[in-house]
Amino acid sequence: MATKFTLNGKRVTSSAPGATPLLWVIREELKLTGTKFGCGAGLCGACMVHVNGSRAYSCQTEVGSMAGKRITTIEGISRNSDHPVQKAWLAERVPQCGYCQSGQIMSAVDLLKKNKSPTREQIVEHMSTNICRCGTYQRIVKAVQRAAKEV
Amino acid sequence: MTSAKAKSARTARSPSTSRRGFMVGAGGFTLMLGLEGHTALAATLGKMRAGKAFSPWISIAPDGTITIMAAATEMGQGSMTSLPLVIAEELDADWGKVRIIPAPVDDKIYLNPAYQMMYTAGSNAVRVHFPRHRIFGAQVRKVLLDNAAKKLGVPVDELTTGPSVVIHEKSKRRLTYGQIAAFAEVPEKAPEIKPEQLKKPADFRLIGKDVMRVELPGKVNGSVKYSIDLQMPGMLYGVVLREPIEGAGLDKVDEAKIANLPGVVKVVKLPYGVGVLANTAWEAFAARRALDGAVAWGKKGDAQGFDSEKGMDQFSADARNLSHKVSEWTKDGNFADVFAKSASTMEAEWRNDLAYHAQMEPLNAVALVAPDGSSAELWCGTQSQTTAQQASAKALGIDRDKVKVNDMLMGGGFGRRGHRDTEFIVDAVLLSKEAKRPVKVMWTREDDIKNGRFRPMSVNYLRAGFDAGGKITSWSHRVAGDRVTPYMDPVRYEQSKGRDGILMGGADMNGYDVPNHLTELIYKDTGVRTSPLRGTGNIANRFASEGFLDEIARKQGKDPIEVRLALLTKLPRAQKVLETVAKMADWKRKRADGRGLGVAYIDYTGTYLAGIAEVSLDRRAGAIKVHDFWCAIDVGIAVQPDNVVAQTESSIVYGIGLALMETVTVKGGVVQQSNFYDYSVPRMSDVPSMHIELIKTANAPSGAGQMATPLVQPAVAGAFAQITGRYLRHAPFTPERVKRALA
Ligand code: FES
Ligand code: FES
Repeated sequence: MATKFTLNGKRVTSSAPGATPLLWVIREELKLTGTKFGCGAGLCGACMVHVNGSRAYSCQTEVGSMAGKRITTIEGISRNSDHPVQKAWLAERVPQCGYCQSGQIMSAVDLLKKNKSPTREQIVEHMSTNICRCGTYQRIVKAVQRAAKEV
Repeated sequence: MTSAKAKSARTARSPSTSRRGFMVGAGGFTLMLGLEGHTALAATLGKMRAGKAFSPWISIAPDGTITIMAAATEMGQGSMTSLPLVIAEELDADWGKVRIIPAPVDDKIYLNPAYQMMYTAGSNAVRVHFPRHRIFGAQVRKVLLDNAAKKLGVPVDELTTGPSVVIHEKSKRRLTYGQIAAFAEVPEKAPEIKPEQLKKPADFRLIGKDVMRVELPGKVNGSVKYSIDLQMPGMLYGVVLREPIEGAGLDKVDEAKIANLPGVVKVVKLPYGVGVLANTAWEAFAARRALDGAVAWGKKGDAQGFDSEKGMDQFSADARNLSHKVSEWTKDGNFADVFAKSASTMEAEWRNDLAYHAQMEPLNAVALVAPDGSSAELWCGTQSQTTAQQASAKALGIDRDKVKVNDMLMGGGFGRRGHRDTEFIVDAVLLSKEAKRPVKVMWTREDDIKNGRFRPMSVNYLRAGFDAGGKITSWSHRVAGDRVTPYMDPVRYEQSKGRDGILMGGADMNGYDVPNHLTELIYKDTGVRTSPLRGTGNIANRFASEGFLDEIARKQGKDPIEVRLALLTKLPRAQKVLETVAKMADWKRKRADGRGLGVAYIDYTGTYLAGIAEVSLDRRAGAIKVHDFWCAIDVGIAVQPDNVVAQTESSIVYGIGLALMETVTVKGGVVQQSNFYDYSVPRMSDVPSMHIELIKTANAPSGAGQMATPLVQPAVAGAFAQITGRYLRHAPFTPERVKRALA
């Protein structure tokens, strides 16, 4: 019951049972640990990835449903940390503990793909899927606005 | 050494050559950016010391690489950068050549003097280490200068230094630190440094300049490693079901139910619960779910039958019962006599629920115990390298020096990872011992809450007496609260002679010039697990005392800021933060649209700060919205000013959660919440616009990691009172409580 899909541009195969959350396949089987486990229940966004270009909670996505799909993780959005969102994140010095930040960045990239110049309200609405217990929210807003100018 | 087995191809970690299980970005990844166009090359995280050891803190390699030890662990607060930065400043190091590595466990050298062990807590890392770290840097600079003088044949006082270079101006000769390291002789005893030999603050190149935090670049590309990210060859996955009530004991476990599940290797009875070892993470989590229905618990444990709601009423009754047995916390003058003769008096009570840390990374650890149990290696996120080592050694019955600790970056700490028994690390140790293989134990979010150790619940009962002119002439503050320190760290409790500074933090007079005051404690021991949580007792205790002062001001028709200023005339730094924040918020301007303002002031272990909240209210929904929060903060010298601002923003957001939504309830001794759907924390939509002003003073640096958190509750309650004339006295201010206050 192997599942084949594309991960950050590479063809990969998972041998985990189809009902296994994609999160654990990415982290423990395919060993890309930038995607994080926060709640396992679709409540925090730490596990956010892109499936066929749109964001998805990997903890709520069964690997069996991923056959033939394109998945992107934090490791796959740029080669040298030079995605405009990553650069903006550093310029605004967003991360504190950093644990939520992969998910935050994946949500932000998703937003800017769909909406090149989001309003503050649109940013807040879109990003409210992602918890940051360190409370970096104000800087996230600024970083998204900064990145929007560059994208 | 068994740990050779732990060598992982992915991280190329070999215990004999590396202390740290992660690398950041590409090896030489540096960044040229800064907040104010500052372009210092960034220091990076390193893996091992390189070159000659000039002291336990500093090594210099012939290529100029400078390795500096970080004594504090990193949980997002930035100490892993700011402490080595202080050393680098006095060393006059080229920051771009600095590699920072976590200090090994050696209490004698790398201790936090405030705790006499390696421990990162109390937001005191910079405050406590700053003076010592300056000396450590200056000592090595002196050794470099002496060696250079000898080599160049010139008197040492003709030499100066620039970033990583010794300069002889007269002969225009220069020796880099790397060159000197190649031939330097290091004296056995470090040279003595007199205060006048330290840099003048005006000459600081690094302190106060906002360098890039070393671990930040790796936090935007997923490359930094937390312990939860590690894997070892042959590693098993562990899960644990812990007794729901501390000390309940295991009655029975239906092992067959678990042992036959796919991938399960072993079911392990533990002194406090049941563990399962499995081949994959998902098989381990499936076993964890099955455990819930497979275990019966004993009936022991102090918290049996405890109900937090009823408990709160009992706390209140005790706090108000003036003949209840109390212990004295602080005292000045004679409260009882003066209060009895007051022209008028006021009294009120404040309540705070249990609250949960909710660090973003659920607790976990990786352990590798030698098959014969004689040694172990750990990879864990801990606030105390010392207790991680001690507790693990104790669990295995071996000497401390047989346990090697690799402290990893933490996905948040907030006080949760500093308990003496480091139980989540011991989980991994005991399961690895049983497996005779490396084991990664992960708690689920549900485990993390159910096994939570909480900010204790408490009731504060305050009374004040006034003379005929309305001046406060006596003040009493009684705290009925659950014990923290004896539970979280019995050793520390003994060292502090039975004073629970975590529960009682902020129960003093806050610097207010009020005579005849008395603080008393009614100590509770409900058996509920407790913990220091960001802001500690200051949250509850300052909520009460600042709230009371606010009520007094309003009752007397006075301005709450002016009332405070009048009581703080001897403290110019306090006055300054209050005056500044009043200006920032345009305090005197009456808000439109039914909005209100509230203020709070705190002296938090030498950090002075004041905050103002602008709030609106949806009366029908009972919903409070905080629109803006202004804060003026004086931490003395700010080593990393923007990081102080970031920590203050962070503390305010944390305070918003505690003020508005966060509550843990206990029924029959058991925690009722289980994930972020029934334990809400602030999301982006809950967060106000935050305006922080850092007041720069030349005072010794003080902390910033949690100082603003206790401002939020009293400021929000003050704003609510301004809008409604009613008082919120029970945090969090949930819609039901808001509606009750309005009824
Ligand atoms: S881990 Fe997937 S939403 Fe929290
Ligand atoms: S940076 Fe720590 S949880 Fe977001």
